[in-house]
Amino acid sequence: MANRNFEQLQQDLHPPLSRHEASVESDRCYFCYDAPCVTSCPTGIDIPLFIRQISTDNPKGSARTIFNENILGGMCARVCPTETLCEQACVRNTAEDNPVRIGELQRYATDHLMATGKQPFERAASTGSKVAVVGAGPAGLACAHRLALHGHTVDIYDANAKSGGLNEYGIAAYKTVDDFAQAEVEYILSVGGIVVKNNQWLGEQLTLEQLKADYDAVFVGIGLGAVNSLAVDGEQLDGVVDAVDFIAELRQCKDLNTIDVARRTIVIGGGMTAIDAAVQTKMLGSDEVTLVYRRGEERMNASQFEQDLAKVNGVVIRTWLQPLQVVGESGAVSGVEFACMAEADGKYGPTGETVILPCERVLSAIGQAFEGADGDALMELSNGRINVDAQRRTSDEKIWAGGDCIVGGEDLTVAAVQDGKLAAESIHAMLKG
Amino acid sequence: MADLRSEFLGIKSPNPFWLASAPPTDKELNVVRAFEAGWGGVVWKTLGEDPNVVNVNGPRYGAIYSSDRTLIGLNNIELITDRPLQTNLDEITRVKRDWPDRAIVVSLMVPCEEKNWKDILKKVEDTGADGVELNFGCPHGMSERGMGAAVGQVPEYIQMVSEWCKQHTKMPVIVKLTPNISDIRAPARAAKAGGADAVSLINTISSIISVNLETMSPEPSIDGWGSHGGYCGPAVKPIALNMVAEIARDPETAGLPISGIGGVTTWRDAAEFLSLGASNVQVCTAAMTYGFRIIDELTQGLSDWMDESGYKTVSEIVGKATPNVKDWQNLNLNYITKAVIDQDLCIQCGRCHIVCEDTSHQAITSMVDGQRKFEVINEECVGCNLCVSVCPVEHCISMEQLTEGVDTRTNLPISSKYASWMTHPNNPSAQR
Repeated sequence: MANRNFEQLQQDLHPPLSRHEASVESDRCYFCYDAPCVTSCPTGIDIPLFIRQISTDNPKGSARTIFNENILGGMCARVCPTETLCEQACVRNTAEDNPVRIGELQRYATDHLMATGKQPFERAASTGSKVAVVGAGPAGLACAHRLALHGHTVDIYDANAKSGGLNEYGIAAYKTVDDFAQAEVEYILSVGGIVVKNNQWLGEQLTLEQLKADYDAVFVGIGLGAVNSLAVDGEQLDGVVDAVDFIAELRQCKDLNTIDVARRTIVIGGGMTAIDAAVQTKMLGSDEVTLVYRRGEERMNASQFEQDLAKVNGVVIRTWLQPLQVVGESGAVSGVEFACMAEADGKYGPTGETVILPCERVLSAIGQAFEGADGDALMELSNGRINVDAQRRTSDEKIWAGGDCIVGGEDLTVAAVQDGKLAAESIHAMLKG
Repeated sequence: MADLRSEFLGIKSPNPFWLASAPPTDKELNVVRAFEAGWGGVVWKTLGEDPNVVNVNGPRYGAIYSSDRTLIGLNNIELITDRPLQTNLDEITRVKRDWPDRAIVVSLMVPCEEKNWKDILKKVEDTGADGVELNFGCPHGMSERGMGAAVGQVPEYIQMVSEWCKQHTKMPVIVKLTPNISDIRAPARAAKAGGADAVSLINTISSIISVNLETMSPEPSIDGWGSHGGYCGPAVKPIALNMVAEIARDPETAGLPISGIGGVTTWRDAAEFLSLGASNVQVCTAAMTYGFRIIDELTQGLSDWMDESGYKTVSEIVGKATPNVKDWQNLNLNYITKAVIDQDLCIQCGRCHIVCEDTSHQAITSMVDGQRKFEVINEECVGCNLCVSVCPVEHCISMEQLTEGVDTRTNLPISSKYASWMTHPNNPSAQR
């Protein structure tokens, strides 16, 4: 393919700030009273303090401030949609429409401490309590780390060969270069007291009943195992691929030349996964990549920044189109037929027109679904996800849950970290008695 | 177009900007470059007796910066000229001959004996220089040898040396004052009593700019050791302005011409020095930070401002603000202000609230009707201006004068009459 751009794919979207850049940028922070950015961070990091610590040339202290609230602060610095979280709340937006680059400063600080390999924390003396964590994604890792700090012993069970969850398998390569997801897992585990058991999934060998029997508490952070289907004719055709699988393959691929991309690709969906898939497909050399969403751009889950990123990388975004069927020739995709949609008086529906967009590859990114924990209906569900209270307790008194698998799960690393942290504190309070 | 021509003690220069006695005026090459760039005059770097002094061979300067490394303050441990006396005299002669329209004043520092001063004055006179500036200010290196600030800190010495100089030369004599003294008026009075024609101030302030926390050496570090140096640059301007004003409004030194020095970086700084009573200004750190070309900004900026403000000559500005500098006890206690926050400009950072709450008068809200909102509580506001000082948005908070009604903080009626501490009932020695 002529248009392959592997270099860009493997390059940082935002290159790290130099010491001088960090100094200048940190000086822009006003150290607000009751700062709106803190309120907007799901993990409540003391942002003015960590930025002030950067400005006073104490990046390690700054990282400690970040890790106090968010042990995955390094990944969040890379993948958080800061433009809709902390940076959107920055008071500098009001006067000059130019927030402090909080995400990049957070990366500056966390990179600094992680490069030393040293934890800023010490574990409390062993309590003798044992907790099982199911899922080594952001929620599980955050929960395990906080429990370990409190002196508990933690076993993490994860279905995949590598830990990290979607950070390892589900995020665009240019957001987490240099194998950062694995480096972060190692960093988190270096606190001690945590053992990860990979290739272990809930099912016949591993049941929640058994975990409840073997451990003092259980945390479930298993994400959403299933993907929503397009539910249209032709989705079984050769060339229709789930975007989550595509990204996972890409992220685990040793030689990008082996990844097959089509000349024309249609990505269906409006979230971060759709953008990640579309941009990476384009960088891998697909000539025409069209992202198709069923409503207007303002309704897309992907932030404006993400949409712009797709556009500058040559992805065409088409809106108000809903797939009717995937069309094919000799068993392979040749296009997708869409119904043209519109919204009038709050009513969303087809206009009656249809359009066929030709393509050789369809990437479906219309969301994931919870596939269930295991056969045991121990926990109460709502709308197909696990019900939890404010402390992330499920209806089972020994099971806590967090991340994408719970009701209200936000598909955000930072929200999952907060779930894990809250659950860990709740478990700790219970274990202390 | 405003007329920037300046005359100081009869010394003419095309503008009131002179380069101060310092590294930029140490030799012919630099001074010629400065004149080519447009500087009105120079005070040639301090001459001493042979054998010439030597400088350290390591770093001479240390600095403090903003986050973006804008230089805020500079300190130095450099001494007076480290070149032979005759070399300097020859160069001064040539430059004055080649640049007759520019001011060349020669800074001097020799031991405190009449003969030493008499001898060097004769030599300087022969160069054709316009005047001399007695360096009684240098706080480091020379003061330990009984010169510089060691003289400047003893008014009797200042008077004595001034008298010698006036006796042995016809050139105008400027005494350069050290700020490293508790009351700047004493040395200024001594200079006047000794017959000096003018004072220039401030020289640099004794300082340690920073400590290297790895080596535990003060900066600039010479082989692991450091020595106090002289502090200058934008950071010292407020200290210099006050000292200039103190001398300008002192009845004992009233009318004594002043050459203003200390952190002049922009045309505005210069205008402020002039307004407080300086007849011209001397610049060093700004040139050492940006090069001589800043003279274009200084002259154009001053000229533009004068045009807009209706000033035709520099002398019209001189001392314009001096009468407004008063002792505290004369300030009008019936002038009552309250902070007013422009809610349209407020960006909600909350700094005004937290500094008022933590450190002052609890006079700014953080919440109004359950919403984040910063409003002044007039019943608590003493009008102190701290909120204005810390607000990151210009003009968002302003101090507005109450002219009628009642001050709700004190429940006292607003009076339009002037009343100061001098007549206040709490003042035991009030004049009633």
